[in-house]
Amino acid sequence: MSKLFSDENKAAFTNPLNVNNPITVQVLGICSALAVTSQLKPAIVMGLSVTVITAFSNVIISLLRKTIPNRIRIIVQLVVVAALVTIVSQLLKAYVYDVSVQLSVYVGLIITNCILMGRLEAFAMQNGPWPSFLDGIGNGLGYAAILVIVGFVRELFGFGTLFGYNVIPASWYVSNGGWYQNNGMMVMPAMSLIIVGCVIWAHRAYNKES
Amino acid sequence: MKLNTNGNVYTFCYAAVMVIIVAFLLAFVASALKETQDANVANDTKGQILSALGYDKATIDVAKVFDEKVKDNLFEAGELKPYEEKFNTTYGSLIKEGKLHVFTGTTANGESAYVLPVVGRGLWGGLWGYIAISETKDKVLGTYFYHESETAGLGARISEKWFQDQFNGKPIFGEDGEVALTVVKAGAAKTEYEVDGVTGATLTSNGVAAMVKDGLTAYKAFLGEAAAQAEPECTCPVGENEETNVEQ
Repeated sequence: MSKLFSDENKAAFTNPLNVNNPITVQVLGICSALAVTSQLKPAIVMGLSVTVITAFSNVIISLLRKTIPNRIRIIVQLVVVAALVTIVSQLLKAYVYDVSVQLSVYVGLIITNCILMGRLEAFAMQNGPWPSFLDGIGNGLGYAAILVIVGFVRELFGFGTLFGYNVIPASWYVSNGGWYQNNGMMVMPAMSLIIVGCVIWAHRAYNKES
Repeated sequence: MKLNTNGNVYTFCYAAVMVIIVAFLLAFVASALKETQDANVANDTKGQILSALGYDKATIDVAKVFDEKVKDNLFEAGELKPYEEKFNTTYGSLIKEGKLHVFTGTTANGESAYVLPVVGRGLWGGLWGYIAISETKDKVLGTYFYHESETAGLGARISEKWFQDQFNGKPIFGEDGEVALTVVKAGAAKTEYEVDGVTGATLTSNGVAAMVKDGLTAYKAFLGEAAAQAEPECTCPVGENEETNVEQ
């Protein structure tokens, strides 16, 4: 048991949450961070999907790592990820149709997510299945955390809602004689890059010594 | 014995075996699950049609309510004929072939209505929807829109209730007898024919506008009487007109 949670394994899980965060430090997976963060709910769904897929594709690649021919390793990784995502989405479509409709938009985004390939290449190819699993979960959650922060800011200031519920009192709005207006810029994808930039700035300032 | 994983032969064999395994796996999963998936898709399509009629598809037994309240018809030679073959789940190609499906049913409020399927194109992929219109064929009673791959939180919001509800009660035809119902920039809707688009998703909103216009125009032969009333010069039923055209 102690071996399962050795310091090294713990580090594989916790590093990506902070000092080696896939978005703020490695700057991977930015494209999907733009695409799905205009509201909180899709941001969370995307974060969780990537977490699950990264963890399991890490495990599979880690099990195969000693047999994979070096020259076609990227292709093998891609095939594993694509097959895994396709099978999962087929199963969802057959047994939990509602969830699959919700997720259909993200399937393509998950396959092409740089974090997946990055972790397979950088971690799963050198490490055993269990540390790889932890690394996948850690990276997925580190990614999800940033998506949630960006989604929170964008939905709050762009639409005045959180999870689709109004949080800014209707009487504040200019149209109702108040002083407040939603910021249309927040709805645009470009704004999420600026928010990610601010998050990176804050994160670096906090982790100055490293 | 240690494998030489860098040899050409090994690489080729590895790739071939991997491809075959993955292909079989995917084919097996796809064919094993096809029936359940098709049933789900058909059920969901029925739910979408009921949704256009004002039912909340999450809280009702879709298959049962659909069988009770809705009938599938084909519009042929100027009249509706009951359609009893396999239920269709996509209507784009059928409309192009001139096989116009019209669902007759009652809304959640008990009004009789026709439901017309429409298809269009958004920013990233296809859009589709169902428009419930009144018995007089000149007013929208309810709508349902969905999309293949519009941006979550922006274009994808056309599938939300607030957007779809804006269409309720809107007239379809303008004074010139053409489809006047349209989607404009968010907050810019002024006349009774206009509804607000989605902020930040202008191209998807334009796609919905085009889908509504083209979709309803494709059904002009069916909607004919209502359109003709708005256009007093033409007294001939449009359905008949089309028939003679085909013969020539």
